Amino acid sequence: MSTLYQAMPLWVLLISLVTAVAVFIAGEKWQRLRTAFNLSGAVLKLVLVAIMLWGVDLGHTFVVHLPLLPGLNLVLQADALALLFMSLSAVLWLVTTVYAIAYLERAPDRARFFGFFSLCVTATMGIAMAGNLFTFFVFYELLTLATWPLVIHRGTDKVMVAGRTYLHYTLGGGAVFLLGIVLLYHLAGPTDFVAGGELLHLGEDHAGALTAIFVLLIIGVGVKAAIVPLHGWLPTAMVAPAPVSALLHAVAVVKAGAFGIVRVVHDVYGVELVQQLHLGTALAVVASITIIYGSLRAIWQTDLKRRLAFSTVSQVSYVALGVAMGSPLATIGGLVHLVHQGLMKITLFFCAGAYAETYGIHAIRELDGIGRRMPWTTAMFTLGAFGMIGVPPLAGFISKWYLGLGAVDAHQYWVIPVLLGSTVLNAIYFLPLLHRAWFRPLAITDKDRGEAHPGLLWPTVFTGLSAMGVGLLAAFAWSPLGWVELIVVREYGL
Amino acid sequence: MTEFLPVLAVFIPLLGGVLQFLMGPRAVPVWPMVVSGATTVCALALVGSVTNQGDIQHMLGGWEAPLGIPLRVDGLAAVMLLLNNVVGGLVSLYALGAHGRSGAVNSHFWALWLLLWGSLNALFVSGDLFNLYVALELVSLSAIPLVLVAGPRKTVAAALNYLHFALFGSLVYLAGVGLTYAVAGSLDLTLIAGPLAEGGPAGHMAAACLIVGVLIKAAIVPFHIWLPAAHGNAPAAVSAVLSALVVKSCMYLLLRLWTEPLAGITVDAAAQLLGIIGAAAIGYGSVQAFRQERLKLVVAYSTVAQLGYMLLFFPMAVATAWEGAVYHGVAHGVAKAALFLAAGNVLLYVGHDRLRELRGLDRPLALSVFAFALAGVSIMGLPPSGGFIAKWLLLSAALETGQWWWALVLIVGGFLAAAYIFRVLRYAFLNAPGPTIEIEGPVPPRLMSWTALLLGVLSIVLGFTTAPILGLLGGLPGAAP
Amino acid sequence: MSIMPEPFALAAAALIAVGFYGFITQQHPLRRLLAINIFGNGVFMTLILVAYWLPGDADPVPHAMVLTGIVIAVSATAFGLALIRRRILDANRKQDHGDD
Repeated sequence: MSTLYQAMPLWVLLISLVTAVAVFIAGEKWQRLRTAFNLSGAVLKLVLVAIMLWGVDLGHTFVVHLPLLPGLNLVLQADALALLFMSLSAVLWLVTTVYAIAYLERAPDRARFFGFFSLCVTATMGIAMAGNLFTFFVFYELLTLATWPLVIHRGTDKVMVAGRTYLHYTLGGGAVFLLGIVLLYHLAGPTDFVAGGELLHLGEDHAGALTAIFVLLIIGVGVKAAIVPLHGWLPTAMVAPAPVSALLHAVAVVKAGAFGIVRVVHDVYGVELVQQLHLGTALAVVASITIIYGSLRAIWQTDLKRRLAFSTVSQVSYVALGVAMGSPLATIGGLVHLVHQGLMKITLFFCAGAYAETYGIHAIRELDGIGRRMPWTTAMFTLGAFGMIGVPPLAGFISKWYLGLGAVDAHQYWVIPVLLGSTVLNAIYFLPLLHRAWFRPLAITDKDRGEAHPGLLWPTVFTGLSAMGVGLLAAFAWSPLGWVELIVVREYGL
Repeated sequence: MTEFLPVLAVFIPLLGGVLQFLMGPRAVPVWPMVVSGATTVCALALVGSVTNQGDIQHMLGGWEAPLGIPLRVDGLAAVMLLLNNVVGGLVSLYALGAHGRSGAVNSHFWALWLLLWGSLNALFVSGDLFNLYVALELVSLSAIPLVLVAGPRKTVAAALNYLHFALFGSLVYLAGVGLTYAVAGSLDLTLIAGPLAEGGPAGHMAAACLIVGVLIKAAIVPFHIWLPAAHGNAPAAVSAVLSALVVKSCMYLLLRLWTEPLAGITVDAAAQLLGIIGAAAIGYGSVQAFRQERLKLVVAYSTVAQLGYMLLFFPMAVATAWEGAVYHGVAHGVAKAALFLAAGNVLLYVGHDRLRELRGLDRPLALSVFAFALAGVSIMGLPPSGGFIAKWLLLSAALETGQWWWALVLIVGGFLAAAYIFRVLRYAFLNAPGPTIEIEGPVPPRLMSWTALLLGVLSIVLGFTTAPILGLLGGLPGAAP
Repeated sequence: MSIMPEPFALAAAALIAVGFYGFITQQHPLRRLLAINIFGNGVFMTLILVAYWLPGDADPVPHAMVLTGIVIAVSATAFGLALIRRRILDANRKQDHGDD
């Protein structure tokens, strides 16, 4: 394999970075040029990620080392797990870019918006491909910095308060994470992400220290994964424009946190050590509490985006729950939910944005009868909601099924009531919405403008149908489920 | 040829400055730019040859010790020269935009700036205590009048206060030099460590005078009170140089003295005390920076805080801490220059720098706000940036030596820095009713915006160039490799 | 040695103490500048004493240091005085404008 091919992670990273810089330079005036940069960057990246998917499937390895200090390297590597997250981000980045171009058609400061947007994707790709905790941290903080201008994009006083809350949580989490990394580095020396971890030999002598470091690391990534009680920023950050909520708070940021949990549990500590230190069950309990708490809070939200945000709080913890149980089947459920939840939640956020942009709908009671005005959007919303509830054969059902199987496999029977309870709660907060949208008389009095702008509608339809497709076609080898099975086989050495 | 490079790096700007003074306004801007270019080239060639061939030593005029004046460039000096001349060259480019037209004040600016540049280079290559004293004085005496270039009204009081502290500090330092000579019978940095260690109370007295004198000149809490007014009111280019380089040169001196001539007599209590002073500086400076109502004062108090990080080296005193402290000096120098140049662009456009009224600046001054943000990342110690690498090294050193409380200081300091940097950015992005910019001044010339941005980008790039710079620096002097 | 160093040492110590006290307590820039100069004279006397402490004939190096130190102190003081004068003039002018 040539060096250029080996260095694919670097090219993927650079494409987003160059796009960001080009968008900044093109500026406000050169709108068409900027859009062209944006879209070609997104497409090009998708092509590269596809090539890498193919390569990893064949067993190729992609690793780039950049030594910073003795024993401290910036490592980019693309293993199967990294590519799961990368494919998700690359696909959804393209879709969201199309959506955002339509959404912000006449808004000011678009160059700034799209520039930081691309920077966020750079950071997300870096997080996916990070080959050790240090590299992960570098991109994790970059993500914090790059999302702040997006959260405060509108620049009003209210938005600034939300931005401050966001920084309090994320910078605080980052500092805790850094402390954990430095302590681990001090204890165990430089460790790269390796399936199964490299710390097992320290388990006997340093159980206390390892437990403390694990807690620090999980708090660090848990902030972005919105694990209760670290979830406070997520509903507040809903003040951001809809594409930001969609991509960043349904995909990039919260998934970066969830992905971090996967890396820490699987590739730093290793499942065996986590079980040995009794940390798996503790993490599973925290995740379960988050799942139930987020759903309960969602029921009482009257604002559509806030209800979706609390739903995110709840749903992202499925990932943590899956990896915490330590059985291969549960891991499959957790990892595949990374993709499934992303597709479903982004559909829901796209719909919320389309409602807000077309008829100015923000509150849930304004949804009454909207199904007649915007049948396609509402149909996609329905698909997403059913998927979230876990109606078979939609994507959410697959995740929950594997989580349940894993719980039985790991003899953690208490997880099954949690899953069932969550399903009931999901139904409680989603079904009334659907009932309003389809069966109530129309609430809004504006004149009929029909469906949403095509630029808003088509991405929504795409993600909505994908969310259905990944569920229907889950049995195929190239579906997310098939890929996750590949990951788990490699991780557990089955 | 190589061994004359230190001489050239010192005397080209010194003579250039003097000639600029004699030639007056008509030489602006061609002559200063020629001198700036030549200085940068010579200094970078010097750094390059140290990288390739190791330390350089030159006896000025060919006289041998004890009569001769030794010039020495080792790893630490080379790193500081690199910082000094890269930032110096970029500040010169910026000043071409700000002070490029002829006029008496601009002529004075260039003459003094070139003198200051040469004095700083002289400080870094000096190899004996007394030369260091002379260079230190030259630095102060050319830096203080530079503050006045902004116009006398606001700056006379600040310059006077600066002068008081600089003069007082240098006299304390001079007393230390004299006592050292009394104890050791020499002033050469390499020859006095042994005798000082055996000098008893007189040796300790000498060391204390040297350290306190430098601390006063470095504006370390509680001797910082002159700094915010001087750095906050000077013209942007001067503020950048003062904050990025001048106080840094004093910190360089402190590191040099502590690790070489004073290595034998330093006591742990003094080292811990310096660390505590550093922590106090971080806390106090950051809180003050957060409370300021003027942009440039925010940046100036940030300097008070950031200097504290370098003091954390002393209680830890391991190779990692050494690398961390020096790298922090470099990263802070680049980032702080970017912050001050960006703030200067704001001042030019708005006519004042009252923070509350600087709303929505990211539209007209996108480049400068971006430069400020990039440099801010380094100041906060967030990755990827030079400031982060320095923080990582210092954190590792704290855990390595088991002194975990310094790790807490580092983490809390990062939060405080984030608070004052994001406070500025918040106003820049704010798009809400409130006091706004009344009169829009000229948009800063491209040169000024781009030099600020380049420095901002450099402070990020420093996050990836650790290996070559620390390779040039070399290990902690006196420690086993 | 023909002279007793003790009185010199005492005088130097006294000057340093007085100067230091003045530097800390005085607020007026002129008084402060004077205090610094008194402190400086104490330091210079110490340096002269150093020349006597050393074995052998009077050493020229401390003398060179004192001379350089005096030159620097004098020029810095002159600069400081010019600044103080400027400040007083500015203050007066402002007062005159206020009367108009």
